Formats: sequence, structure tokens, C-alpha cells
Amino acid sequence: MNLKEFDWKPLALVPLLAVIVFPFVGSTSTWLTLTIAGLAMGMIVFIIASGLTLVFGLMDVLNFGHGVFIALGAFVATSVLGAMGDYTASASLWRNMLAVLPAMVVAMLVAGAIGLAFERFIVRPVYGNHLKQILITMGGMIIGEELIKVIWGPLQIPLPLPEGMRGTLLLGDAVVEKYRLVAVVVGAIVFAVLLWTLTRTKIGLLIRAGVQDREMVESLGYRIRVLFVGVFAVGSALAGLGGVMWGLYQQSVIPQMGAQVNVLIFIVLIIGGLGSTTGALVGALLVGLMANYTGFLVPKAALFSNILLMMAILLWRPQGVYALSK
Amino acid sequence: MILNRLLSNDWPRSRVLGAILVLLLLALAFQPFLIPGIKALNVAAKILVFIVLVASFDLLLGYTGIVSFAHTMFFGIGAYGVAVASARMGPGWGAIALGTLVALALSFALALAIGLFSLRVRAIFFSMITLAFAAAFQTLASQLSDLTGGEDGLTFKMPEVLSPGFTLSETPFLGLTIDGRILCYYLLFATCVVLFLALLRIVNSPFGRVLQAIRENEFRAEAIGYRVVVYRTISSILSALFATLAGAMLAIWLRYNGPDTTLSFEIMLDVLLIVVIGGMGTIYGAAIGAGLFLVAQSYLQDLLRLASGAVAGLPWLAALLSPDRWLLWLGLLFVLSVYYFPTGVVGRLRALRARAATSSPSPAAAAPAASPPTKSMQGDYVENN
Repeated sequence: MNLKEFDWKPLALVPLLAVIVFPFVGSTSTWLTLTIAGLAMGMIVFIIASGLTLVFGLMDVLNFGHGVFIALGAFVATSVLGAMGDYTASASLWRNMLAVLPAMVVAMLVAGAIGLAFERFIVRPVYGNHLKQILITMGGMIIGEELIKVIWGPLQIPLPLPEGMRGTLLLGDAVVEKYRLVAVVVGAIVFAVLLWTLTRTKIGLLIRAGVQDREMVESLGYRIRVLFVGVFAVGSALAGLGGVMWGLYQQSVIPQMGAQVNVLIFIVLIIGGLGSTTGALVGALLVGLMANYTGFLVPKAALFSNILLMMAILLWRPQGVYALSK
Repeated sequence: MILNRLLSNDWPRSRVLGAILVLLLLALAFQPFLIPGIKALNVAAKILVFIVLVASFDLLLGYTGIVSFAHTMFFGIGAYGVAVASARMGPGWGAIALGTLVALALSFALALAIGLFSLRVRAIFFSMITLAFAAAFQTLASQLSDLTGGEDGLTFKMPEVLSPGFTLSETPFLGLTIDGRILCYYLLFATCVVLFLALLRIVNSPFGRVLQAIRENEFRAEAIGYRVVVYRTISSILSALFATLAGAMLAIWLRYNGPDTTLSFEIMLDVLLIVVIGGMGTIYGAAIGAGLFLVAQSYLQDLLRLASGAVAGLPWLAALLSPDRWLLWLGLLFVLSVYYFPTGVVGRLRALRARAATSSPSPAAAAPAASPPTKSMQGDYVENN
């Protein structure tokens, strides 16, 4: 990607939003706290949305069932973390990591595996037909949510943060929850790995080529089907990872969380432009900031703030900030 | 012929289908006299409301080929309009009329805004944005408890004539005392028939044909010179207005409205399922689907309870069959219907008829070109950017 051609305007939106809000918040330390909290929340939202942006942007599958993998990841995490009480109760961050990392890996594996099954039985018959995809994956979402209720019960389950990740740090004037820093690190890693894989590796090249001209890539001897199924599994696994992060962030999980988060990530994707990883990041950060600012300034309007934000962006760029021209 | 004009020249085009429809009409028309009892009357009234609700959704899904998840939002707006007005102004026809009018205006504005924002680019944005709107509205309705009564909802009274305490005359008519509930039922029945015929009129008008053209091939419709965005937006507004009226009907019948009654996602799922089972792109499918589904729903949950009790020895199976997991089976049924039964009851019956017509060719019997969704349901869903 040529740096000169890179479109900086959408990226500039994030600091712009922060600056515009500053006079309304007033105090510098509150503003800094809100901004850092918002960016961290945005990173978590990005992890979840990145999975869908892969599945939708590259495979052109509009997966309304994405939320199920989020809920699944979170519920797997409750089971794994619950079984590792020794490590989560310890005050050392490293020992905590020994519990959270396996939880993330298991959640990703389970979500990825279920994602494979979901692709095979739910999505495969309706490739290329958006209308049916919407209907079918919505059905899949409901089935998945009900199955989660059968396995883990319909009630809210607490998912306490490990000891070492609780509490806050003081960065200058701003109060930062430790867990939010963890979230930023994880989100940054996911973003870097995704961008690197898609733009700098052969697999990424093949995937992008397959999106552009599937038959051509196939005729060159690459099995695009296998590749795309892999993309779907990775997308689901990322949703699982996002589910763990989101569950820890909320410190509790309920079976309906998938449907709730689904709404949020759709807004992110529409803002970001379908299929763009960078766009998803911008969208997620904007949504995270907006949620924190309005939560502080006008809590009642928090619901509609994201929708208004989305509408404003759509007025500016109807395709989302980074639209892939296909 | 009058009937021809009433049906907008859109006959059921299958003898079995026609018979079922007539049967349904008669059953609904004489329900209070056929099966006495409040439960049966409630089911029948719910069928009337859902016929309008689902038929208006079919205008969007089946005829225009776009999926909205905010249909229950408009349904809720209608119900809340009547509920809030009646609760504030006291019972009266004025309250009902004003509530309905305000609700219609609100639905119009919302549908216009959503349509203009989301349909401009890609039709799939519409589904995502409506989902977001519906979720936000549902939370809003339970938060604004001063206006909407919050989670508890609103209980209110209807005008004297429609309340159960009112009796038209002391002497029973055909063995039935005509009280306010029966009158209310017939008010709903008349509204339902009028709205249903109006929808039939809309989809068979030149406007409806354009919608179908857009559904089949958006790009080509645009090329012929129809502004796709405008047509899709109008269609979504019309559908929203009819849904609002259906909501008002429900509020008049129940004399109660709350978030779970009209706004819950479960109702959205019911609507989707009924459209698919009945047959997308055929307004008649809404009537048949609503009839079948609601009757089944009232008894299926009992069936699940029985089955769950029968397999109590196997805990995991019992958990799967528990009546609380009713949505699981609904979802499964929905997925299977979309796969294996995409044209629904009406589509199947018409296909049977078409096959019979081709095996014994007689020019008079040859049905006019049917218009079930073809390409959008089978081939690619054409999107142009």
C-alpha cells in the first residue's frame, strides 16, 4: 500500500471526535479517562467485528449468526476459567495469563470448530444468495442461542476478572482499568496479524485474489474452497476470542449477549465499510468512544448515539469509510 | 365481476388453495358462534392481527426482496400509540383515532429515514440497520416508563361498546350473547379484511409489478428507468404503515400493551416463519400461514411439555424438549423451511396445479404466469454498487 495514496481522513475521525467532545466533558482527567476507556472498549469491539469483516468482506456471507460464536466463546471461557481457580485467584499477572490464555485458545478452538460445522450445514447451501443467507443465519443464531441455554442454563453466569487484572492504574491524570490495557494489547495483536496476513503473505494474496476472481485462482490450481472454509473458521474463532474479551469486560455472560453484540458489530461494519479491516478498526474505535462519552454525558441517549453516528458517517460516505470497490 | 375487483384479479390459482382460503374466511367470520370460549376467540383474534402483520411483511420480503428486522418495531409503535393515547385521554374513539394517527405519522417518519439511509447503497445494509433500530427501540420503550409503562406495560380501557361488560341485547343471537368482546372481534375482522384486500390491491398494481421487477433483477429495473431506491423506500414505508395498523388492532383487542407483547424478537421470528411457511411473495400465504401457525403454536407447547415429561429419564433430552426451549424448535423449523420449503404452502399448491395443467393441456386452464419469487430465491441475489 502506497503511503501517499492512503486515505487518512477516516483515521483522523477518531481524534477529531475526542477533541470535539472535550469542551463538553470539561475536566481534563475525566476526558482522558473516558477516552482511554473508550479506545479500549473499541479494541474489544474490533476483535469481535474483525471476524465478521473477514467472513463478510471476503466470502460475501452475511452472517447474522456471528453473535452465537461470541456467546459461545464467552461461555467456554467461564468453564475454563472456572476450572482454573488457582491461577485466576493469584495476584500475579503472569499466573493469571496462564489461565486466560488457555481460556482464549480453547474458546477459539471451540468456536472455530463449531464455525466449520456452521459453514457446512447452514451456510454452504446458500452461497451467493444474500436474502436466504440473512434468513438462514438468523435461524442458526436462534438455534445456537437455545443450545447454549441447554448446555449452560438460561441464566446469567458471572465471569470475574482474574485478580491481577482487577483494579486501576494512574497514568498521569487518567484512571485506567488494568484490564482495558490487556484488551488494547490483544486487539493490537489481532489487528497486526490480520493486516500482515492479508497483505504480506501468500495465503493473504490468494484470499484476496480469490475474492476478486475465484475461477482464475482455481484454474491456477489452488483450492479456493478449502481456503474460504478456513477463512470462515478463523472468523468464527476470532468471534470466540472476542467473546472471551467481552465477557471479561462485562464480568458476566448471558446467552443473549450474542444478539446484543451483533447489533454493535453491524454498526461497526457499516461505519467501517464492509470487508475492510482498517475500516473495522476505525468503526470500532468510534463506537467505543461514542459509547463512553454519551454514557457519561447523556446516559439516556447512549442507545441511539451509535445509530446517529452511523447515520452521520453514511451521509459522508454512503459505503462506509473504507469501502472496498468490488 | 365484483369479486374479481375485490381480489384485484389475483385469484388463488389453485382449487385446493381457494377452498382453504374460503374455509379460513368462514371459520374466522363465524368463529364466535362455532367454538365458544375465550381461548378460541383469543386465538382467532390473534390470527386476524397476524394476517395483517405478516401480509405487510410479505410486501417487503416476498415482493420487494428485502429483509427488515424492524417490523415488530412498527407493530409496537401502533400498539403503543393506541395504548398511550387511551391511557392518557381515557377510553374513547377519539383516543383510538388520535393514537393510531400519531403512530402512523411516527412510523412513516422512521421508515422514511431508515429507508433513505440504508437503501441508498446496498439492500443488505437495510437488514443490519433495521436490526439496530429495533434493538434500540425495544430498550427505549422499556426505559421511557413514564410514557410506556416500562416493562410492566400499559393497561387501559376501550370505549364502552367494545368492553366485555357491554351487552347489545339481553336475548342471545344464535345462542350467543353479543357482548363488547364479540363486537370488538368483528371490528378486528372487518379491519383485517379491508387491509388484506388493500395489500392485495397494492401488490397487483403497476407499483407492485415494479417491486417484483426490482426483486428479480435490481440492475435491470434501474436500467429500464425505475428509481430502485424510491420504490424500495415506498414499499418499506407502506409495509411499516400496515404493521402499525396491525399493532393498533392488537392493542384494541388486548386492552394492554407491553414490550414483550409487541416488540420482542420472538414475534419477529414468528412473522418470518409464517411468511416462509405460508409462501413468500403471495399475500395469500400470510393468511394461510398465520392460521396454521397460530393454531399450531397454541397446542405445540403443550405437546412439548408432554414429550418432555415422557423422556424425563434422559435429562439432556428432557432439557431439549422442555417448553422453555420452544424457540429452539421454532428456529430449526425455520431453517428447514427456508431450505426445503422455500415457496411455502401456497407455492406448493400452485406448483401442483401447474403440473396438473401441463400434464393435461387445456388452454383455458393454463394459469397466467405465476409470480412466486424465482431468481431471488434460487439464483444470485443481484446487487449493483
